[in-house]
Amino acid sequence: MSEATVQNRAPAGADAPRSIYLPEPATLVDVRPMTKQEKFFRFQMARAEGMKYMPGQFAEISLPGIGECPISISSSPTRNGDGSFEMVIRSAGAVTAALHRLSPGDRVGVRGPFGTHFPVEDEFRGKDLVFICGGIGLVPVRSAIHYVLDQRDDYRKITVLFGARSPEERLFIGELYDLKTRKDVFFQETVDVADPTWGGNVGVITTLMPQLRLEADRTVVIICGPPIMYKFVLLELRKLQVANRNIYVSLERHMKCGVGKCGHCQINGLYACQDGPVFRYADISSVREAI
Amino acid sequence: MTVRVVPRAALDAWVNDLVQRQKVYGVQLKEERFAFGPLVRAADLRLDYDVTLLPPKKYFLPQREVLSRFDRFKVEFEPVLADEPFVLLGVHPYDFEAIRQLDAIFSRNHPDAHYLTRRRNATIVVSDVETPSQDVFAACMGTATADCMDGWDVLLTRIADATYAVEARTEKGTALVGQIQGTKGAGEADLEQRRAVWDRNRDVLKKHQLRMNPEDLPDLLARSYDHPVWEEKAALCYSCGSCNLVCPTCYCFDVADELHWDLQTGERTRHWDGCMLEKFAEVAGGHNFRGGKAARYRHRYYRKGKWIHDLTGDIACVGCGRCISACTAKIANPVEVFNRLMEATS
Repeated sequence: MSEATVQNRAPAGADAPRSIYLPEPATLVDVRPMTKQEKFFRFQMARAEGMKYMPGQFAEISLPGIGECPISISSSPTRNGDGSFEMVIRSAGAVTAALHRLSPGDRVGVRGPFGTHFPVEDEFRGKDLVFICGGIGLVPVRSAIHYVLDQRDDYRKITVLFGARSPEERLFIGELYDLKTRKDVFFQETVDVADPTWGGNVGVITTLMPQLRLEADRTVVIICGPPIMYKFVLLELRKLQVANRNIYVSLERHMKCGVGKCGHCQINGLYACQDGPVFRYADISSVREAI
Repeated sequence: MTVRVVPRAALDAWVNDLVQRQKVYGVQLKEERFAFGPLVRAADLRLDYDVTLLPPKKYFLPQREVLSRFDRFKVEFEPVLADEPFVLLGVHPYDFEAIRQLDAIFSRNHPDAHYLTRRRNATIVVSDVETPSQDVFAACMGTATADCMDGWDVLLTRIADATYAVEARTEKGTALVGQIQGTKGAGEADLEQRRAVWDRNRDVLKKHQLRMNPEDLPDLLARSYDHPVWEEKAALCYSCGSCNLVCPTCYCFDVADELHWDLQTGERTRHWDGCMLEKFAEVAGGHNFRGGKAARYRHRYYRKGKWIHDLTGDIACVGCGRCISACTAKIANPVEVFNRLMEATS
């Protein structure tokens, strides 16, 4: 090797950091069908410490040869003593369709966790909590719901509103029943369009909101659902005089790289993968592309 | 190091020697335009070029780059980091400024080892512009000359027909310049000639005249979100992404898995992407968060003048003018857009 070549080498000690795009090995330990479109998954990292995360964060799941996609974590760290984590994945593209074909014991690649989380240990403590979830918006919020239920005494009144397009699209049916029957949770749900099996509320999720009796100054509201849902829920919350700083939203974007580089998830100047996906609404109410 | 003077013949002899010993990329004629490419001999090097088709960014963030190799059945990924030293010969100051900005982007927060490894392996020889391109406006953006820029290794300035001034600013650059035979220390007259080249370039590299200080762009954009210019210009946009592809500061990317013929092994690759392309902000299920052309068009100018600035403090337009030339619809002139915003809001 010539002298010049040697001199042009990266200087010793300037160790290149590890590739931020390299997935780590994980194993699928459980998979169950949930609806026609969604399946439930539980993964275990190969690394001994497992997945360390907080409610609201997401991870990138890889299948080599097919690709990678961002998926919210649905389990609570209060329930993953073994380091595993749960996800609900809708079959919507090549990667998610391939994930649906996996069986327990199959391996995947995982990067993460990424992003901001619900402030379950901070702003949520000592407050009345109102979770408003539409469709698979329940998936990331379930992590926070489990978290606060597992430390129930740290929070005051807990309300969960859930809306699905139809009865057959309801997720975690057993857990919805548990919420409904718990004495320490106020739970209401609705479907946009009923079928003959349905005896409950019919209408969009905002139809459940007028019955909310909130003490606005000690209430924190959490919203997650399809893009169209946010503005209507926010309008109702304004009527209920909930301050923007007491509202948290989890926003969906295509968090392709997860590390604020690729640009796909950008919301004006913010990156959903780094500045979000959980935002305090007061911080983004003037960000034009956000809601 | 001090400035030295080298005759073109001596420069050519050094280049001919250098290309034997290591990878060198330099500007060459490509049909009737210019492009950076692997250099095999000094005679092909065109330091008199106006602008290259693509910016030299492609050596740090290639159009297609392998991030990892995988085995589908073992479900294993092995990282790939390009680790070959190279010399980049003839980078114009505005393109160097773009590289410096990308350095900041890829170093901040989660540092990108793929970019940074390539960058650390590079020795960059900047050359002052000899021929202004038809749409350059670097002088308006403060990027006409490299004298105030940090981080370049060597600066070449043609101070007479067959004479160059050469200055090294880094250890790598000093080592490189030390290999050139037949240089002599620059005299006051040589330095005066070099300053004259800079003065000329600060004067002539403005084929379009920005009627504001670029530092005011973030403020201007902050109050221009609903300006009619976005709809007006975007009405003609083909969403082809040409402006993204030729831009030295655009760095958005996509990642794709490519499977080999054995259907078992393959590569995870990174490709250039562009925020002007229709599906850039689409999510699974089909919802598009920037489905309208005007929203995408505005986003691109906000990236250049505000969003990147909010992250790193840089104005992410360096005035190379490539987008102006590349745009089929002739709507991509940043100077026109920014001047228009000034008119209406001042």
